[in-house]
Amino acid sequence: MKPAPFVLHKPGTIAEAVAHLAQIGDDCLVLAGGQSLVPMMALRVAYPSDLVDINGIEALRGISVEGDKLVIGATVRHARFYDPVEPGPLGKLLSGVVSHIAHHPIRERGTFCGSLAHADPASEWCLVAVTLGAKLKLVSQNGERLVAADDFIDGAMSTTREPDELLMEARLPLLGGSARAGFYEFNRRAGDFAIGMALAAYDEVDGVMRNVRIGLGGIEDRAARNAAAEAVLEGKAPAEALFADAGRAAAGSVDPMEDATTSADYRRDLSSVCVERALAAAASATK
Amino acid sequence: MWTGQDLVELPPIPFRATAIKGLTPYCQPALAQKTVRYVGEPIAVVFAESPYTAEDAADLVLAEIDEHEPYLDAPNEPALFGPGLSCEPTIIEKGYGNVDEVFAAADVFIELELNTGRHSAVPMETRGLLARYDSAREVLELHGAAKRPHWNRDQLADLFKLSPGSIELYENSIGGGFGVRGELYPEDLILCQAALTLKRPVKWIEDRREHLMATNHSREQTHRIRAAVDEMGRILALDETLFHDQGAYVRTHGARVADMTIGLLLGPYRVPAYRARAHYRLTNKTPAATYRAPGRFEGTFVRERMIEAIAERLSLDPMEVRRANLIGSAEMPFERGLSALETEVVLDSGDYAGLIEKALDFAGWAELRKQVDERRARGECVGLGFGLFVEKSGLGPSELVEMRVEMDGRVTVVTGASSLGQGMETAIAQICAETLGVDYRSVRVLHGDTNRIAYGFGAHASRVTVMTGEATRRASVAVRDKALDLAAELLQREVSELEIVDGTVRAGEDGPSITIGEIARHLHPASASRGDREPGLSSSAWFHSKHMNYPYGAHIAQVLIDKATGHVKVERYAIAYDVGRAVNPAMIEGQIVGGLAQGLGGALYEEFLYDEGGQPLSVTLADYKMVSATEMPPVDVLILEDAPSPLNPLGLKGAGEGGVNAAGAAIASAVDDALQRPGLVDRLPVTPQYLRRRLQAYDEARSGSTEASA
Repeated sequence: MKPAPFVLHKPGTIAEAVAHLAQIGDDCLVLAGGQSLVPMMALRVAYPSDLVDINGIEALRGISVEGDKLVIGATVRHARFYDPVEPGPLGKLLSGVVSHIAHHPIRERGTFCGSLAHADPASEWCLVAVTLGAKLKLVSQNGERLVAADDFIDGAMSTTREPDELLMEARLPLLGGSARAGFYEFNRRAGDFAIGMALAAYDEVDGVMRNVRIGLGGIEDRAARNAAAEAVLEGKAPAEALFADAGRAAAGSVDPMEDATTSADYRRDLSSVCVERALAAAASATK
Repeated sequence: MWTGQDLVELPPIPFRATAIKGLTPYCQPALAQKTVRYVGEPIAVVFAESPYTAEDAADLVLAEIDEHEPYLDAPNEPALFGPGLSCEPTIIEKGYGNVDEVFAAADVFIELELNTGRHSAVPMETRGLLARYDSAREVLELHGAAKRPHWNRDQLADLFKLSPGSIELYENSIGGGFGVRGELYPEDLILCQAALTLKRPVKWIEDRREHLMATNHSREQTHRIRAAVDEMGRILALDETLFHDQGAYVRTHGARVADMTIGLLLGPYRVPAYRARAHYRLTNKTPAATYRAPGRFEGTFVRERMIEAIAERLSLDPMEVRRANLIGSAEMPFERGLSALETEVVLDSGDYAGLIEKALDFAGWAELRKQVDERRARGECVGLGFGLFVEKSGLGPSELVEMRVEMDGRVTVVTGASSLGQGMETAIAQICAETLGVDYRSVRVLHGDTNRIAYGFGAHASRVTVMTGEATRRASVAVRDKALDLAAELLQREVSELEIVDGTVRAGEDGPSITIGEIARHLHPASASRGDREPGLSSSAWFHSKHMNYPYGAHIAQVLIDKATGHVKVERYAIAYDVGRAVNPAMIEGQIVGGLAQGLGGALYEEFLYDEGGQPLSVTLADYKMVSATEMPPVDVLILEDAPSPLNPLGLKGAGEGGVNAAGAAIASAVDDALQRPGLVDRLPVTPQYLRRRLQAYDEARSGSTEASA
């Protein structure tokens, strides 16, 4: 439970941080909240030669609305989302989701962007980012680039971030006034990793669902939208029976993970329950 | 760094006295010798000046190990432990009556196969040890002892060829042991050897990952049990076959858990004929031993499942089946004709039928039943469960207490029992205070140092309040007599006229008085007023006991099931427990509720899983799911004193294990009820995946048999 030796860098600016990343390369990892990375180092699962601690960089701490986007800086902690960070449906959704992330002490330290960079299949924020179509801003000495969350995460604990890049912010689209969103997570104990979860969002226009987005987390090796479930719902009026159909469509189309403790069949069945319950939560959410 | 080669001379870890022969070749060496039998087995030890350096060095240790096929399922044909050695060193057999004859004559048979999952204690603190050799005094000190310090000292003396007087074991304050803490493990031997060899203090603190692979596991059993019953549901005979998964080595408990599982299986029921065999088998997993209510958590689950299966078969109310089989209070003491923990099982006292009624009343069973049925009619999967159990406590053979009154009137009590954080100091102080006539706050209870008292039998098997409690009462009586004898002379009164109230001997409220502190001064060796009396207001007393005593109780659970996910939520819980005499009800309630948290863990959450290659999968607290505050239901506790033990004058029985005992039984019963499927639960823990799979199999079997009969 003691990490192997490593060199700690504490840059004060983004430029200094990316300079370290460029210089050290593969063995260098970014330290934000450290709630996953530090235990992995203590268990000697991760052996970084260098850590670039970005907590001292003022420019990464902010959260703000820019146009129709919520811009979340790299060191914004989970706990910042307890109270809605913006007055619309998105702020309310995030405030509901955050209570499912681990326990209070972890939420005080862990970060939104850190969760994305870590890319755990059971990460709530990965599910939110992928389902709602977040764009992620990566910066290196060569400049900045914007990547869709779905392209950023490319598997369990795997992203397309280059070793010299820093994930500096996530840009999450706001939900409009007609939007409804609901989240459901199943785990065995409060604070556990999700065994399965779903996020459902749609715009209710003239009594029917438009722009339906259904995402599943914890089921497949990465958070992903489920096109089959979305197709069942798009353009229809919200109804319990339809939500159950969408759940079945999701279960029929997912490619669930199988591991030694949870079978693929169980995850497949669970995906249906999660979708159905997330939709029910969305439909009953007050605007 | 040391490997097994460096410790070739060191004998393996011994086990405590047992009648079972042939276990010695299966004992664990401190470091693996040529064969590595489980993941988590110590194979090398690194010494360093900081834990960081030690872990860096440990990273550099590479073991080249040829892989063999692991043996992981104890019900399978036994594999070889080594050349010419079966992995089944013994089959323990117990029983009485002619079981074959009863089965041949009976009309109704029921056969069940039931499993309990591998889980164990995860105390607040992991294990930790500090060994130091004091060459000036020629003494080896071992700090971090618990549970059985004197036995451990004597064993270490044998192993290291030292005089028991040259080893000192010290306890530290801890927040729970639960059976696993305080046994001799490989690390205890390694630390002592290192302190002797290196002549420097050596410290080791187990980390949580190590703990989950290295500290004793428990509970993994398969039971195949058959009952012959009459049409009233009365059990005529039980025939039990147990497959006990011991893990990779025999540890300090020998075959005790398998032995007591079948020795105590029958609980409160009269069973005219009984035959049991326990297949004690070594597998390639972490070695197993006792965990709070060992053998009883498992056995109660099996027995109560059988009671409900009988009720289902004969269309009877399970509570009626229980009542029809109970041993009556007039039959006490009831000789079982069985043994457990190397003692004959003699149920000392109990009103089992009365307890059922009190438990049902206390929980408001009739009203709960009504509410649950109404909710179920509205579509909720909610159910009630019941589990009846008999515990055992007060294991002998002996305990010694030394007591003295200091010259300021405070009382010092020294015991060889130990504390695992259960608050025994308070209970012992209370017994002393009440018997002697002092404020319990003036009583100091000392323990935890093998130097302080010659003999001690430790804290385990719910024994301290009974054994140390009665020894304390006896010592208090002797001190009181001595105080009154001298006081009578000093106050010029008859002993019969005197009483001790709040530390003062007095002849009535307004009569002359003297404090016991003053009496202690008069008994100073140099005091002229002492006369020919032995110096010191002090005494020592032994309590010896050949038999355990048997507290008993019931668990009642209400659960709500999410059928879609398989999740079981425990909505509320009630426990009634007769402990004979409740010295400190608040502490007993704490024991019961804490025990329940562990019982619910075993019933619903906690399991050490392994993959096909024998790799442990539950090595962090994220994977090994303990019950936390959010999963605990509201718990109501009823402590009863209807059946004091006749084996000691205060009527004491132990209270440490009743909170765990029937949790698996009650939860299984409640899950069956919620889903209206009798006999559904056939293994613990009832995890969501298990429940979903089992539901499907159950319904398929039922629809298959319906079609067949139609």
